[in-house]
Amino acid sequence: MDIKYYIFLSIALFVIGIVGVLTRRNAIIIFMCIELMLNAVNLLLVAFSKMHHLAGAATNPTAGSEGQLFVFFIMVVAAAEVSVGLAIIVMLYRNTHSVDVNFLNRLKH
Amino acid sequence: MKNLILLIPLLPFLGFLINGLGRKHLSKGLIGTIGSGVILGSFAISLYVFLNLDAFTGERAISSSARILGNPVIRYFDFIRVGSFRIPFAFQIDQLSTLFLLIITGVGFLIHVYSTAYMHEEKREHFGRYFAYLNLFVFSMLLLVMGANFVIMFIGWEGVGLCSYLLIGYWFKNIDYTKAAKKAFVMNRIGDLGFLLAVFWLIAKLGTVNYTDVFTTAALDRLNTTDLVGITLLLFLGATGKSAQIPLYTWLPDAMAGPTPVSALIHAATMVTAGIYMIARSNMLFTAAPVTLTVIAIIGAATAFLAATIALRQNDIKKVLAYSTVSQLGYMFLALGTGAYVAAVFHVMTHAFFKALLFLGSGSVIHAVSGNQDIRTMGGLRKKLPVTYATFLVGCLAIAGIAPLSGFFSKDAILLSAFDTNKILYAVGLLTAAMTAFYMFRLLFITFGGSFRGTDEQRHHIHESPAAMTIPLIILAVLSIVGGWIGIPELFMQGGDRLSEYLGPVVRSKQIHVDHATEWILVALTTVIALVAIIIAYMRYRNFREEKETGLSRALENKWYVDEIYDAAIVRPLNRFGGFVHSFIEKGTIDAMVNGVGRMVNYGGRQLRWLQSGQVGNYVLLMVISMVLLFVLQFFLRK
Amino acid sequence: MKKPKEPFLTARKKNRTYCMGITQILFWALTAVALFSALLVITSKNPVYSVLWLIVTFFTISGHYLLLNAQFLAIVNIIVYAGAIMVLFLFVIMLMNLSKETEPQKNRWLKLAGAVAGGSLLLVLVAALRTTETRMTELGTGEIGLIQNLGHVLFTEYVVPFEIASILFLSAMIGAVVIGKREKQVIEDEILEADVVKSEIHENETAGYLKH
Repeated sequence: MDIKYYIFLSIALFVIGIVGVLTRRNAIIIFMCIELMLNAVNLLLVAFSKMHHLAGAATNPTAGSEGQLFVFFIMVVAAAEVSVGLAIIVMLYRNTHSVDVNFLNRLKH
Repeated sequence: MKNLILLIPLLPFLGFLINGLGRKHLSKGLIGTIGSGVILGSFAISLYVFLNLDAFTGERAISSSARILGNPVIRYFDFIRVGSFRIPFAFQIDQLSTLFLLIITGVGFLIHVYSTAYMHEEKREHFGRYFAYLNLFVFSMLLLVMGANFVIMFIGWEGVGLCSYLLIGYWFKNIDYTKAAKKAFVMNRIGDLGFLLAVFWLIAKLGTVNYTDVFTTAALDRLNTTDLVGITLLLFLGATGKSAQIPLYTWLPDAMAGPTPVSALIHAATMVTAGIYMIARSNMLFTAAPVTLTVIAIIGAATAFLAATIALRQNDIKKVLAYSTVSQLGYMFLALGTGAYVAAVFHVMTHAFFKALLFLGSGSVIHAVSGNQDIRTMGGLRKKLPVTYATFLVGCLAIAGIAPLSGFFSKDAILLSAFDTNKILYAVGLLTAAMTAFYMFRLLFITFGGSFRGTDEQRHHIHESPAAMTIPLIILAVLSIVGGWIGIPELFMQGGDRLSEYLGPVVRSKQIHVDHATEWILVALTTVIALVAIIIAYMRYRNFREEKETGLSRALENKWYVDEIYDAAIVRPLNRFGGFVHSFIEKGTIDAMVNGVGRMVNYGGRQLRWLQSGQVGNYVLLMVISMVLLFVLQFFLRK
Repeated sequence: MKKPKEPFLTARKKNRTYCMGITQILFWALTAVALFSALLVITSKNPVYSVLWLIVTFFTISGHYLLLNAQFLAIVNIIVYAGAIMVLFLFVIMLMNLSKETEPQKNRWLKLAGAVAGGSLLLVLVAALRTTETRMTELGTGEIGLIQNLGHVLFTEYVVPFEIASILFLSAMIGAVVIGKREKQVIEDEILEADVVKSEIHENETAGYLKH
């Protein structure tokens, strides 16, 4: 399988995630689209790790494992980030009783 | 030797600094002493130089008629140095400049002494200001006559113009006086433009402005006719501005707004003669351009005539004397125009004596009648102001050209030269001489004769002036009598024309082709006409009450409306043009552009503010867009 | 599953009976489903539907991992992402009672702008990477995806990041708890305490007053 197809697939998922972030106003949906983007990247990383493994398997039997380990760590971080982020969103909801991103324009000042 | 010469202008400059900076602290007596003392010092040094000129210049007399001119130039340092072009700060001490040095410092000293009494009512700091300006003026005038090239002369030229402005507007609180000062300065400036253009032309063509380099046959060969005529005409334009000839003469009568000693020094004896000095110095250039000489002669004669007509009907003492000055300057230019450079310089000298005398005398009169300057309310002052009357009479006789006073010899030399050149010029000169005698004696009789026509209060205050004022008058009267005896023509005495002999190496005197018989007739004619004019004036104004006004007399009194013509034809259109430029170009274009930039920045800022909306979504959108742009740049546009 | 599957596949390829191998078919099928469900994530009006479609997307991505023989990651993806994180999202949505009616709608122009921006990004990236050189990834083979090998590399070369990751988790937990604490309750408690203290003082005062 040509690596190109994996690249295109990953780009497509990533861009769909971006469009989701730009298009939706619900903070939680936006957060979800960010997760989608992260996953697209994960997919690409795994595909690349496979590619490198194939290229360098003769010399080093564990060549390319860095890619998959990196995906592992990305998942770790994503989990932590989701927990904290959702906590913040809940607090926001408690204060403003809305998850509309447009209400959060205090950054203007 | 070098340092001694340097002291001549340096002393007045020091006087200027001391009096100018210390005008609030020094006493009036001290200011007066310093002011006059430095001029006396310069006079002493000038006298010493005059008596030892041979030693200074290294001149040697080969025989009684031939002399080798030594090196009269003393260089100090390079004033301007651009590439290989040099203008040195140098003085040229030869006969011509020495003569002028003596006149300037001598008459200047007398006027300084006179001023200590005349201006004694001024407050201390204004008194100091006056003397500072006066000293600065003498300094500039000395630079002018001592300079060894046109640029140093121009420094002095500008300096005297500046001091003239400062001194005319001395009583600056009076708006009319300041306007007169401005007028004088602006008209001077117009002339200065001509002078500068001539200097630039000289530099362009010859690459030097030193007198010793320019006034040589080699240099003159390099200039073609157009150059010569152009340069000399432009130089003459500068002279018309400085020496009040047509068309730039209207500032001089208005300059009478300044104190009387100022009028005496600047507008009679020294500054106005700068033009004549310049042309006399450049006589070689002018001789090579006959066209210019004709122009000069015509303008000189016309000015002399016009000014004399106006003086016939003036009622302010100083205005009469002012127009008289313009007229006499016209005479000097007439002399220059006919090639009689020595006669012009001679008349400069004698005119300095008797005109300064007349002005100082009028100052004494004004002082006596408590500041009144209108002669219609004077009269009968002969008994009350004897010294003033006597000296004034001497001055009038001198200016009318009565033998054996100084004016006779110089004026006759000029008329002789005019006769030799062109009979019409001679006729105009003769007529003007008649008018001169007439209006001067009209002035004398109205002012001093008859009975006093002023207020009682003025009558009580009439008193003769103090010694500090009368002694200079006496000295100048003596000079007016004997001053002409250095230029006695061959007609009367063989070898009597010491002046031409003296100035010979620098200024070539003219060869007059008139035989003795004709000369005698001319002399007699002038004398007779002058005497007739005096007698007529005596008859008319002996017991003066008032004068009849006719249409002609009104025109004369209003100076032929020349000022009004200038105003309507030149000043007002220029003002309107300036206003137009101001509103259209200045406000409409430049200001609009500058304001427009400001407005654009404001507008742009306001628009950019919308970027900071505080909406997260907008920020992310911007991020994505910039990412796209970056990728495009990275992948596709990087060649 | 140490036995490699190569001989089977190569045999298949040698036959050339099919235009695409089974792995390729699977690849394209999974790709299609992934894209479809991702699009549905961003266009669903009901937020709960968005979550569900995202879960489907995660499953397809796990399928891709399996194809690449990254078995460990495939399972972990399902357990952690689809199983824990998405459930967390669902909890929060339920907590706020979000539904189709309360969903805020963005300005139409901004939506269009967003779509255009995203679309152009897609175009640019695809155009840029279109001409990359061909490198192959084999499907269904490879040792590194196996949990044994991965674990070996993790605990020998990357043990420090591993430990730090655990600290990261700790801090995230503490952060979440601190943020999510009900502050109102704390304030109310303080107010209650203050009242009690005031009443006590009052009692003492009156008592003291009476005393003197």
